[in-house]
Amino acid sequence: MSVATTVVSRRTALKSTLQSAGATLVIHFSGRPAKAAGEKPDANPLTSWIKIDSNGTITLSYSKSEMGQGITTSLPMILADELGADWKDVRVEHAPLEKAFGQQGTGGSGSITGLFTPLRQAGAAARTMLIAAAAERWNVSPADCKARESAVWHGSDKLSFAALVDAAAKMPVPDLATVALKPPEEFELIGKSLPRNDIPAKTDGSAIFGLDVRVPNMVFAVVARCPVFGGKVKSFDDKQARAMKGVLDVFEIDAAQEAHSCGGVVVVAETTYIAMQARNKLKIEWNEGPGAAESSETLRKEFRRIVDSSMKVVINQGDADAAMAQTPSDKKVACDYELPFQAHAAMEPLNCTVHIQNGRAEVWAAHQAADMVQEVVSKVAGLSPDKVKVHTPFMGGAFGRRYQADFPTEATQIAKRVNRPVQLVWSREDDMTHDFYRPASYHRMNGAVDAQGNITAWHHKYTSTPISEWFDPKAAPESSELGLCSQLPYLTKSYKLEYTPAKSHVPRAWWRSVEASVIGFVLESYIDELAHAAGADPYEFRMRMLGEDRLVKDLLDDKERPLDAGRLKGVLRLAAEKGNWGKPMGEGQGRGIACHYSFHSYVANLAEVTVKGGALKVDRIVSAVDIGVPVHPDGIRAQVESAIVYGLTAALKSEITVQNGRAVQSNFNKFTTLSMKETPLIEVHIVQSAKPPTGIGEPGLPPTAPALANAIFAATGKRVRRLPVQPGDLA
Amino acid sequence: MAISFELNGQPKAVDVDPKTPLLWVLRDTLNLTGTKYGCGIASCGACTVHIDGEPVRACVFPVSAVAGKKITTIEGLSADQSHPVQKAWVAEQVPQCGYCQSGQIMAAVAFLKKNTAPSPAEVDEAMSGNICRCGTQQRMRSAVLKAAQTMHLAQTAVEVGGEL
Repeated sequence: MSVATTVVSRRTALKSTLQSAGATLVIHFSGRPAKAAGEKPDANPLTSWIKIDSNGTITLSYSKSEMGQGITTSLPMILADELGADWKDVRVEHAPLEKAFGQQGTGGSGSITGLFTPLRQAGAAARTMLIAAAAERWNVSPADCKARESAVWHGSDKLSFAALVDAAAKMPVPDLATVALKPPEEFELIGKSLPRNDIPAKTDGSAIFGLDVRVPNMVFAVVARCPVFGGKVKSFDDKQARAMKGVLDVFEIDAAQEAHSCGGVVVVAETTYIAMQARNKLKIEWNEGPGAAESSETLRKEFRRIVDSSMKVVINQGDADAAMAQTPSDKKVACDYELPFQAHAAMEPLNCTVHIQNGRAEVWAAHQAADMVQEVVSKVAGLSPDKVKVHTPFMGGAFGRRYQADFPTEATQIAKRVNRPVQLVWSREDDMTHDFYRPASYHRMNGAVDAQGNITAWHHKYTSTPISEWFDPKAAPESSELGLCSQLPYLTKSYKLEYTPAKSHVPRAWWRSVEASVIGFVLESYIDELAHAAGADPYEFRMRMLGEDRLVKDLLDDKERPLDAGRLKGVLRLAAEKGNWGKPMGEGQGRGIACHYSFHSYVANLAEVTVKGGALKVDRIVSAVDIGVPVHPDGIRAQVESAIVYGLTAALKSEITVQNGRAVQSNFNKFTTLSMKETPLIEVHIVQSAKPPTGIGEPGLPPTAPALANAIFAATGKRVRRLPVQPGDLA
Repeated sequence: MAISFELNGQPKAVDVDPKTPLLWVLRDTLNLTGTKYGCGIASCGACTVHIDGEPVRACVFPVSAVAGKKITTIEGLSADQSHPVQKAWVAEQVPQCGYCQSGQIMAAVAFLKKNTAPSPAEVDEAMSGNICRCGTQQRMRSAVLKAAQTMHLAQTAVEVGGEL
């Protein structure tokens, strides 16, 4: 591990803050602190997170992108707590794109999981140096000093961080792996729901999102892409478009294979509206390609053909076939589940602003990974990465869509030709019809319970349009699809899992909670069906089938963190208790429960519904989460509320269907979402825990749809096996 | 020919295609980006502004139709985030990504002018035309009710000649 401490002039370090002259303590850390077992080396190196200036301003960096999850508050809180900073002295800034900050990609519910310990170590190291400086000044032992309220204290003597910064910068930097961390009972900020930094600007229009970037002399561009997935431009006539006042240029860009961008015909104009109007005037002949024959119906037929046939056996434990043969039919459960493609549909349509001039590029991309943007732009522009400056404005939602390279690629292709700053704007229709969708999937389940109410067979035949085919084509196709199917927490005497992919031209990728959004619904609906076959209470049945408190390994990946069955039962119990499980309900009402483990986090959701005359109302969702130390409880609640609403929309309202190779739904009139009056009361209960914190952007989603479906069954006796629930399903 | 109107209390004139939706005039011509583009078909409400006090979806409202009228956008709601609805939004920690929130706040403000003491069900009904993909609906519901209470108290104080 190499650690360097430097004193730099404030003018260079904080030029933009316009503060008076003086020294700034900048702590650089390179190398990496203690790694959790099994993590890859150098996955998460650190660098200069903390700057303290002689005016007392403490500038903390965050290395992740803000998409609404509150990361610009929760990450700096961790640093500030260990440092002993007074929160009112703290300002935050996006970390520059330097290797030492580690990977800046924001996704997989991984920011807090990955950075909790490194940030604490960085904060503790800086605190140790400040204390050392104070102790030297007072000629006392550092062990007798404490840091709090942006000062070092010895009894009632105090020296502010600002007064110590010069001397502290010259102190030896402690070894990050062994630096003393605060005992959790001394946390002052961690565990507190501090008001979020980003919220005030989001109430007066001053928050700058990607689409709000305005650069002098900028122009706007839109791209006409082939409506058929995989289709290309054959020829185009731009006469009418070019004739429009305000249109500056029309040209073609190629599809970029690595970025999976579509290519198409670009219109550049003085305003977004003119560009969009001119695009309507293009006459384009498309080469639609083989994708044009695909539809949701053809795909469904293919799914059924696959599960009717012999498939690739992925897991085979015990003898599921024999167990099924020995079971009387009333103890068997055979059913199929189906889930559609889903669009991300973030409120801010995709966009990216690029300016290339004098051998440099400046980029404004509301993107989940600023480092990836730099790499993409540098490649497409033919510039070295250090010539590409990336700004990350707020993202108007992301949900996984803003982890793609297609829109920065297109924007750079366009900027190469336009000698002005150019903002590429995707219309809502572009955004919805050229998404990388959550895969569609089909599941044939066969299982059995014995007379004692134990599961004797669990046989899952699974087909989908796998993500791996797009992003990891050399890997086994099921590698992106299985989730908890390879880490089944329920006890079964035999288990057989088969997977065969289905071909599709529809692009797909990571949608909020990825494969867990699918697997959660299938496993938690099916365990409910088995409970009913066993004549058992669905909650009691789950608790019993989760077995003894133990660690459940992933059968296919021994590097995967084991699932703690005790923690899963813990959230299940908490949701049942807070949701009055077992208490009588009124006519047409029902309660359903589901639990799931994803992104190393444990969540159970309980749904209460009323179904009257075929009309469904979701009355309440009670959620229980165990994610280790709750860093920012209100942020956790907000993320769970968010994941539940997103999950309910996918369960009840939205889907992407395909006809003639194109997405049928192109805007919010057909891709409908949960409205306020359809939104249930949501209660979130957080397990108090001292375990290392894990993520919460996604894990609230997987148990949502099954809790709902199970509640509908309790209310009506009707089993929802295909999402989204169609209006006629409950009549 | 220039189209003139009052924007957040200031006179403005723009020389654009009169069919241009107000949204793009605000965003691209006047660089006032608080009003958001979400759908372009009046389906999501992210572009909600007030024209003569009435909520309007700026993405389908031609700029020619605002000639001589008074437009209020999110930037004009208050000078210092002091509108009771803005304050309630902060108090309830409503926004997540925040993109739809300008439109949500403008919708809430317009609603609370007409219904000063709404029930939760009335709030739900009034706010259900605005989409939020982050799932802030529950917090918005609380915030609208909270703002209604604050505004009602303020109104009562004014009526009895008192001060808050």
